[in-house]
Amino acid sequence: MAEILQLVIAGLATGAIYALAAIGFTLLWQTSQTINFAQGEFVMLPAFFALVAMNWFGWPFWLSCLVAILVSVLLLGMVFKVIVVDPMLKQGVLPLVISTIALGLLLREGAKDFYSAEAQPFPYIFPDRQVSVLGVQLSLSQIGVLLIALAVIAALQLFLSRTRTGRQMQATAQNPTVARILGVPVERMILYTFIINAALAAMASLLISPIYLAKFSNGEHLGLAAFVAAIVGGFNQVRGAIAGGLLVGVIDNLAAAYVSTGYRQSVPLILLVLFILFRPQGLLGRREERAV
Amino acid sequence: MQFSKLAVAATAAAIVLGSPAFAQNSVLLPVIIELSGGGATVGNNWKNGVELAAAEVNAAGGILGKKVEIPAVDTQTNPGVARAAIQRALDDKPVAILGPIYSGSVKASMQLTADAEVPQIMGGEAGDLTAQGSKYIFRTSFGQNISMPKLANYLRDGEKAKSVAVVFVNNDFGKGGRDAIIKELNSRNIKVAADLSTEAGQADFAADVIKLKSANADAIFIYLNEEESARFLREAKKQGLNKPMIGETTLLGQKVIDLAGDAANGVKGHVGLTVDAPIPAVQEFGRKFQAKYNYKPDHNGLKGYISVYMVKAAAEKAGKLDPKAIAAALHGMTITPDKVPGILMEASWDNTGEIDRISFLAEVKDGKQVITQTLPKLKN
Repeated sequence: MAEILQLVIAGLATGAIYALAAIGFTLLWQTSQTINFAQGEFVMLPAFFALVAMNWFGWPFWLSCLVAILVSVLLLGMVFKVIVVDPMLKQGVLPLVISTIALGLLLREGAKDFYSAEAQPFPYIFPDRQVSVLGVQLSLSQIGVLLIALAVIAALQLFLSRTRTGRQMQATAQNPTVARILGVPVERMILYTFIINAALAAMASLLISPIYLAKFSNGEHLGLAAFVAAIVGGFNQVRGAIAGGLLVGVIDNLAAAYVSTGYRQSVPLILLVLFILFRPQGLLGRREERAV
Repeated sequence: MQFSKLAVAATAAAIVLGSPAFAQNSVLLPVIIELSGGGATVGNNWKNGVELAAAEVNAAGGILGKKVEIPAVDTQTNPGVARAAIQRALDDKPVAILGPIYSGSVKASMQLTADAEVPQIMGGEAGDLTAQGSKYIFRTSFGQNISMPKLANYLRDGEKAKSVAVVFVNNDFGKGGRDAIIKELNSRNIKVAADLSTEAGQADFAADVIKLKSANADAIFIYLNEEESARFLREAKKQGLNKPMIGETTLLGQKVIDLAGDAANGVKGHVGLTVDAPIPAVQEFGRKFQAKYNYKPDHNGLKGYISVYMVKAAAEKAGKLDPKAIAAALHGMTITPDKVPGILMEASWDNTGEIDRISFLAEVKDGKQVITQTLPKLKN
């Protein structure tokens, strides 16, 4: 029982990080029909921004994390939208998807050449101590990661539902044409979603890199996990992405412990196939119909 | 017309004569090695070690008066890529192939070097590499068939372990090590409390560490590649896995210590090669390497370095730069540092290409590998 509880907590902690990346997927899709296949690399890269700030400029860890988030917002949010998304979106969804795949490869190889092909140590945000909860030894770091990820998600949900800008962003996501008629600055709202996506990706990067170590290839697994989480949860709902992320994290851990580490990566993919076959709208997603 | 024929012939001659196959004035030693992918750390160490040795050998007049050339090709830590790279390298008629390190890549390519009758001086440690009958495969470090009995003795006598949990990486290197240590543990009546397979490149070890906590073994034997070792140790510390962690050379390597940080402290094991060895020539190599490449080499740096000196010593013994003669010379050869200083420690090769030399027991203390005991050669 203690083992299962530890596995579930560890899975929730990793799953919450997947959820941060998965939310970005759904936000971009909802507001701008952008399927960002470079999302994994968006999570990989901010750790390198922080490493450059720490190791090249000698800045303290907390400042380096802040700089990583700001640089991510600028490059992976604003510049990404202006340079890649805006020109390509006019050509349709498929050319944009191909562009993001190319961008992902570029970022991966760029990180390798610019920094290193080897994994780099990355500091833990929380101390690596244990706490006893109901007689079960749990990692303080895992609990901290889980809490911080959930706090970020809760803040985002509050922002989207309780603020004027948040509601305008939701209106943009639901129907940009009507939103524009109602006076919502749709273009600015879309830009905000890219900024939020970049900030969430940076948060995910700072939380996952102490576990994975910072490495150029981390995006491959993270991008896939986030994509699966978004689909399983429901591609058109932020709360679906959260549920999907947590579910994928827990299933991944249980599969590693009770099936085999060899098959652990296939288990979330099997889950994805099952959802596409039997519940295509995902756990919490809305069913969408197209008019002919 | 006559002129154009002449031009074509001259161009063809220039291309052919300019190719390495006909570069008679050099000793071609292609370095087929892991420069990216999961093996990037070990491969870069090996490549830099080779570069350092080649520069020294060339400065001292080369091998039999000819300069050493060491073109490097990245295997991407992929056996298929490694095999193709070695196939291409063999087309250039090299004197020897240096690499790869990953046992899977060695296994995929060793038939090619055997067929071409070119010595392959490699870093693989899987036990069966030297048991396949190739007369052209040579180790630079112990195979698992040599290192695992030493480790099992340490687990029994040093740690007094009655039960051991084994965690290994599911590739040729890891499976070979796992099979070898379990055989040795069983023969010493030490219970295998857990037998956990992990994947190459695995990023998250949370589930594995939780399983190991439940296994409650007296000691944990860890047999993973560098980056995975570091991730495992970090996760183990994070989750408070307070059991003796024992491993082979890789687990106590400098890269693992650098990546794992505090989590590496207390790790113990058997080390075949280390720049921390209490041998002045080895420590001097470590200083030269650090000065040139700005990082402390692990055992793969040493392996790459001595590989060049193996070729040099064997070629000088054979008296010619003939690959077949060099392989024959290495069989049954003992190279001593008094005659070939670059070999650093006395080493012998048997007729299968297996290496024998002294080795060490070590522990990581305060982020540094500390040698606690020197173990003699198996056959003096």
